[in-house]
Amino acid sequence: MAEIVIRNLRKDFGAFTAVKGSSFTIRDGEFFMLLGPSGCGKTTTLRMIAGLELPTSGEILIDGEDVSMRPASQRDIAMVFQMFALYPHMNVRKNIAYPLVSQGVPKAEVRRKVAEVAKILRIDHLLDKGVGGLSGGDRQRVALGRAIVRNPKAFMMDEPLGALDAEFREIMAEELRALHDRMHATTVYVTHDQLEAMQMGDKIVVMNHGVVEQFGTPQDIYDHPATLFVADFIGSPAMNFLRFEGQAPAGAGTITLGDHAQPLPRLQEPAAGALVLGVRPEHVALSDTAPLKGRIEAVEYLGTTQIVTLSTPFGMVKARTPSTLPARVGDLTGLALNAPRLSLFDATTGRAFRTAANAGVHHG
Amino acid sequence: MSNLSSSWSVTEPSRLSKWVAGVVVVLYTFITLLPLVWIISTGFKSGQDSISYPPKVVFEPSLEGYVNLFTTRTRVAAEEFQKLPPAETWYDQIVRDQGMVIAGPSRFGERFMNSVIIGFGSTALSILLGTLAAYAFSRFKVPLKDDLLFFILSTRMMPPIAVAIPIYLMYRELGLSDTHLGMILLYTAVNISLAVWLLKGFIDEIPREYEEAALIDGYTRFQAFRKVVLPQAATGIASTAIFCLIFAWNEYAFAVLLTSGNAQTAPPFIPTIIGVGGQDWPAVAAGATLFLLPVMIFTILLRKHLLRGITFGAVRK
Ligand SMILES: Nc1ncnc2c1ncn2[C@@H]1O[C@H](COP(=O)(O)OP(=O)(O)OP(=O)(O)O)[C@@H](O)[C@H]1O
Ligand SMILES: [Mg+2]
Repeated sequence: MAEIVIRNLRKDFGAFTAVKGSSFTIRDGEFFMLLGPSGCGKTTTLRMIAGLELPTSGEILIDGEDVSMRPASQRDIAMVFQMFALYPHMNVRKNIAYPLVSQGVPKAEVRRKVAEVAKILRIDHLLDKGVGGLSGGDRQRVALGRAIVRNPKAFMMDEPLGALDAEFREIMAEELRALHDRMHATTVYVTHDQLEAMQMGDKIVVMNHGVVEQFGTPQDIYDHPATLFVADFIGSPAMNFLRFEGQAPAGAGTITLGDHAQPLPRLQEPAAGALVLGVRPEHVALSDTAPLKGRIEAVEYLGTTQIVTLSTPFGMVKARTPSTLPARVGDLTGLALNAPRLSLFDATTGRAFRTAANAGVHHG
Repeated sequence: MSNLSSSWSVTEPSRLSKWVAGVVVVLYTFITLLPLVWIISTGFKSGQDSISYPPKVVFEPSLEGYVNLFTTRTRVAAEEFQKLPPAETWYDQIVRDQGMVIAGPSRFGERFMNSVIIGFGSTALSILLGTLAAYAFSRFKVPLKDDLLFFILSTRMMPPIAVAIPIYLMYRELGLSDTHLGMILLYTAVNISLAVWLLKGFIDEIPREYEEAALIDGYTRFQAFRKVVLPQAATGIASTAIFCLIFAWNEYAFAVLLTSGNAQTAPPFIPTIIGVGGQDWPAVAAGATLFLLPVMIFTILLRKHLLRGITFGAVRK
């Protein structure tokens, strides 16, 4: 297994830059998520790590060794493709055995390993079938089998659940995570589904337009988004943004929001100009005594919780409250924001100001 | 409503139109196959039967044509003929029955082998070069790719025979006239554009992920090409090979112009069998029948691939 270090990785396709100077580190044994909207360069990044695409500049180190210009066949990495790419002219057994054959593994050993992998993935009854008639889930398992059979340094997976239907995705996601917990293999996993990334990942890189926006654990990214883009992309419903003009010096523990002072984590740098106060719906409480006022516009019942949408002088705000709490459309109420969990962003650059709360968090 | 649906349907053709279609198909098949039947049957007629009028549909089969095809014969004076020992073999006998003796083998076997060598050789070479070029055009960044592809195709924009004279002169200078190599190169040059274009279409249809999976599984680019791309391009390769072989096998004009002794193929040779008297139609027909066989066998062997290939990958997956 291996540690993968990405330094200033860049990829141009003609005049178009798909990846603009990414840097991040994937630790040994991590389940690492590359997350971002469609076209942001996730696949390109993954393909560069795997050796299917050569970077325009930058470095890829696997276990300290620079492999950025090595062909894929010499990197000892396995990959699961989005459409699985099972060899259509071979049966399941041959598909799984194929990576071993290239290494000249003796026949008996190949048989033993294929059987072992098939057992782990519960596809031993399919070994002599063609791959054409398999169901989506079984194809997925064969593709996984082909990847894990030779103990590579790392796994690359490009939206491996993308081709499955919703019900099956969840099962496979759990299986994948269980498989990883058992093998502790370094895994780089591409997805555009933030929920999948939060559920499965040890670490997440959030990309947008070829730029790494943030890199960290799911908690850090959820609680302390480094940019407005990340704050908006992660979480459902998304983080609320209260837009206002204001200023506060470094060291300030409050900021003037309209006519009252809103407490927030102590600022470690001065903030001024067009600002955005970010608050997750679960950190908004309805309280008649709170100075920030709003009117209830809609209530969405979700079982134990409900999403209450309020209009405030700073725009719409969604609050996640216990559904036992009464909330009637049209009512005027106060909104209490949970100060230690607030983020303050610069509206023009989109960057989060450094505060006592997010100081330790990696910024892209 | 039930009345309507039973007497007239949108999807089912009416009884009358089925009948008309059936008759048209049978007639068309008959017309197309008639010359073939004529050639094959003439090959088994005697010299007399082959020129009888009206033509004989029922006749006593004879191998005279085939024996004459493979032999040269001489007429012997009547008194000499009497003194000859009795014919030793059945083909001796057939020749004696025409009042002649066998002088030696004819050149048909040799010409036929030339056709096989040149036809299959140029097909193999076209497929080899065509597949590699098509793969490169399909997968790699080739400078001026579109212009090159157009340029390759432009060799097809005039009949190849239009450049016969320059090629004749060039071949004479290069010592390629009347050689197997020369004919193989010539037919390959004509076929390669077709091969590249057809095969590129087929290879474009094969998802890159298959090769990429093989690259990641530790295979070199060439191994991935051989083990993963080639098996999947089999359909395309088979149909392209058939088109190439049909052209090279049937080509007549260049063969007449560029070959005479050494590398002459069957097409220019067969008409010369007719002989000085211009009477030996059974031998000509026998030659034509045998000439048909290789392409027919080749096509039947690859038929499964051809039928799928002819739709140009439209029904894959
Ligand atoms: N070979 C190529 N030539 C030119 N442009 C390319 C090439 N490959 C990718 N791109 C462009 O680079 C950008 C990033 O592509 P990439 O496939 O990495 O996106 P992605 O994040 O994986 O998106 P998706 O979620 O849609 O798969 C896209 O705009 C794409 O059009
Ligand atoms: Mg992608």
